[in-house]
Amino acid sequence: MLAYSLRRLLAAIPTILLLIIACFFLMHFAPGGPFTSERPLPPQVLANIEARYGLDQPLWKQLWDYLYNIVVHFDFGPSFKFKDRDVNDIIAQGFPISLTYGSLSFLFATAVGVSLGIAAAIRHNTWIDYFAVGLGIAAQALPNFIMGPILILTFTLWLGWLPGGGWNGGQWQYLVMPVIALATSYMGSIARITRSSMLEVLNSNFIRTARAKGLPTRTVIWRHALKPTLLPVVSYLGPVFVYVLTGSVFVDIYFSTGGLGQAYVGSALSRDYAVLLGVTILYGVLTVLVNLLTDLAYAWFDPKIRY
Amino acid sequence: MNTYIRYTLAGLLSSTIITGAAFAAGTHPETGEALADDQTFTYRILDEHSSVDPQVVEDVSGAEIVRDLFEGLMNQDEDGNLVPGVATGYTTNDAKNVYTFTLRDDAKWSNGDPVTAGDFVFAWKRAVDPELSSPYAWFMELMSIENAAEIIAGNASVDDLGVKAIDDKTLEVTLSAPLPYFPQMTTHSTTFPAPQKVIEEFGDAWTKPENIVSNGAYVLTEHLPQERSVRERNEMYWDNESTIIDKVVALVINDENVALTRYLAGELDRTEVPAGQYPRLKEEHPDEAISFPRLCNYYYTFNLSDGGPEAFKDPNVRQALSLAVDRAIITEKVMAGGQPEAYTFAPEATAGFTVPDVEMASMSQAERDELAKELLAEAGFGPDNPLSFEMVYNTSENHKKVAVALSQMWKQKLGVQAELANMEWKVFLEERGNQNFDLARGAWCGDYNEASTFLDLLQSDSGYNDGKFANPRVDELLAEAKTSDDPAPLYTEVERIIAQETPVIPIYHYAGVYMMDSDVGNWPVNNVEQNWYSKNLYKLAE
Repeated sequence: MLAYSLRRLLAAIPTILLLIIACFFLMHFAPGGPFTSERPLPPQVLANIEARYGLDQPLWKQLWDYLYNIVVHFDFGPSFKFKDRDVNDIIAQGFPISLTYGSLSFLFATAVGVSLGIAAAIRHNTWIDYFAVGLGIAAQALPNFIMGPILILTFTLWLGWLPGGGWNGGQWQYLVMPVIALATSYMGSIARITRSSMLEVLNSNFIRTARAKGLPTRTVIWRHALKPTLLPVVSYLGPVFVYVLTGSVFVDIYFSTGGLGQAYVGSALSRDYAVLLGVTILYGVLTVLVNLLTDLAYAWFDPKIRY
Repeated sequence: MNTYIRYTLAGLLSSTIITGAAFAAGTHPETGEALADDQTFTYRILDEHSSVDPQVVEDVSGAEIVRDLFEGLMNQDEDGNLVPGVATGYTTNDAKNVYTFTLRDDAKWSNGDPVTAGDFVFAWKRAVDPELSSPYAWFMELMSIENAAEIIAGNASVDDLGVKAIDDKTLEVTLSAPLPYFPQMTTHSTTFPAPQKVIEEFGDAWTKPENIVSNGAYVLTEHLPQERSVRERNEMYWDNESTIIDKVVALVINDENVALTRYLAGELDRTEVPAGQYPRLKEEHPDEAISFPRLCNYYYTFNLSDGGPEAFKDPNVRQALSLAVDRAIITEKVMAGGQPEAYTFAPEATAGFTVPDVEMASMSQAERDELAKELLAEAGFGPDNPLSFEMVYNTSENHKKVAVALSQMWKQKLGVQAELANMEWKVFLEERGNQNFDLARGAWCGDYNEASTFLDLLQSDSGYNDGKFANPRVDELLAEAKTSDDPAPLYTEVERIIAQETPVIPIYHYAGVYMMDSDVGNWPVNNVEQNWYSKNLYKLAE
């Protein structure tokens, strides 16, 4: 398994490299640059600024310098928009925030989603099932950009229980709404996947055998049915984990959390090349790592899988 | 003969009357109103500010913070008039090309060091230094400071800049051309002093809360990028005794509707009103919804360059399109925030600017429409040969609404086919700057309160003249206005020519449309540039 992991990590290097190159060129081909502004800078001032950031160099040279600084100094360069901060600063400040409420959303969505799904499957065709399915579909139909306004109107404006946004060091009051807004639709999907997977497993031969030898239902479910049920769920959870970290853009903007999503969108709009590329690389590396972890988790859930 | 101007009135007078610094839970020293215990002012900003370095900052919300943290030679009062800042006053020679500022003795940095003329010399040299490559270097060029242009271009050393410290308290500035409104320009953040020692010690990181040293009424105490920026009372500020607000919090909230909800939930003291919502809010919260004129215009510009549409080369066509725009519908139904209708390029609110009698303004809309039809027919366009073109705007709900309204007016009244196209901001700027458009949206906010900040856009060689309008008489008048003691008639004539030639279609002039908590005192609604200083505000007891 160690050899397999190493192989996968090595194979990730060209993937990330390709990502950087593609992103780098796409970014530079987009019309406008970091210093395009409504008050066009006099040519001489523009030339001075471009020289300062090395934008006067040919593109291949810029790319080379960029990669060189990352590999040798682990330096992702200065922000073109925020003069007093570099990309490392921006990521160091925003990523922990995104990671905190992203992970909480992930845990929330998984715990509630899986429980709902299992309950629905075990009590198939009862009111519990209908309730869970209904809730799952409703949750799935509520993307975070709908949940955000609903939550803020309810809990901030009408009830006055929770602050409408901000971070404040990650105090729980500030976490509740972003976490729920982000988790809801994933929770719905997880519940539905778990339910159908559990139903399928409960109808399989080995479960019939287990029941036939007189095992109590509890043991059948927890010892024998749960692991195979979770296999398709796990393959869905891998991408979800990346989504809750990267897909938090809207939540960041809506709840002003100061997370990385805001910096990401902002950098694309302001053509802050270095920040855009830095965050893209971070998300790329994260995706590769999480995919690897998901694959390794399979082996634990399904003894038939070996690396 | 030297004209000596000394500002010793209101500002200084009030500070001598006041004794004791503790206003909290007290009454306002001038108005006698009861003050709130908690003197914290919290407001929304749209986006993370670019910087709090005075020579680097380039956006409005950044400049607002910088104005609190640093103090320049002169300040503005509630009406936008010049009042003393670090300088107590200035003298100028007859030719108006040498200005000498006298600095106050008690001005201090937040670390206790005195503010000297050398701090201004350092800052101004820094602003033009190609090594810093300030995005606002052009402002020093605009101020006509001797050799600024040459230094920016790399053809002279920064030490050649026409600014020197005669002694610690006397600053002398030499201009390359006489500029009557030079002192007004010293209220701009690019001209604020900078602490040399601190900048040399920390480099680019000098503006972080743990490093920064500033000379304004506030110091930066907290900054969580994309979330909040907090500034608190600077005990070292020379006029700290008169400062009432203790703490100012700027919250970054990208979405204006979320900001409004949070305002209504009591989390903010001030936020912008989204377009179209002002009438409803005014009805529900009459004391809190406010609207006042601002120094910005909103217009559409024709592409008059060689590559532009042939039809637009005919002034009759341009005028017909302008005439057919029912501005009242745009201002009352679409924006609905108390914006003034625009028939001139410079807003009426501009200081010293007399709005000329533009014919169009005095006509009724029916008369305008009639004339528009005639003009367009004269130009050879009609039902058989409809005029068609593309109009571009940058992606935004509000701009879309205005564009749709305009195209419908033209279609219904004149049978004109205007196709709408929106572009993301930077793409839009690039395309408009390269004259890849027929008709494009434009807007401009004045950099200083003088008509030239708008009219210069229509000078033939201006870098901002995206429509490439060229009129020798306009160029001549604008050049003359630069050095004239009374430029108002010249500006009026420029506007007359613009009204005739119609290189642009002015739509409306901006209004500041805010929800402002009624316990915020002294918001400068009459300052059309909206240069506000937290030190002049206060919070009333509820």
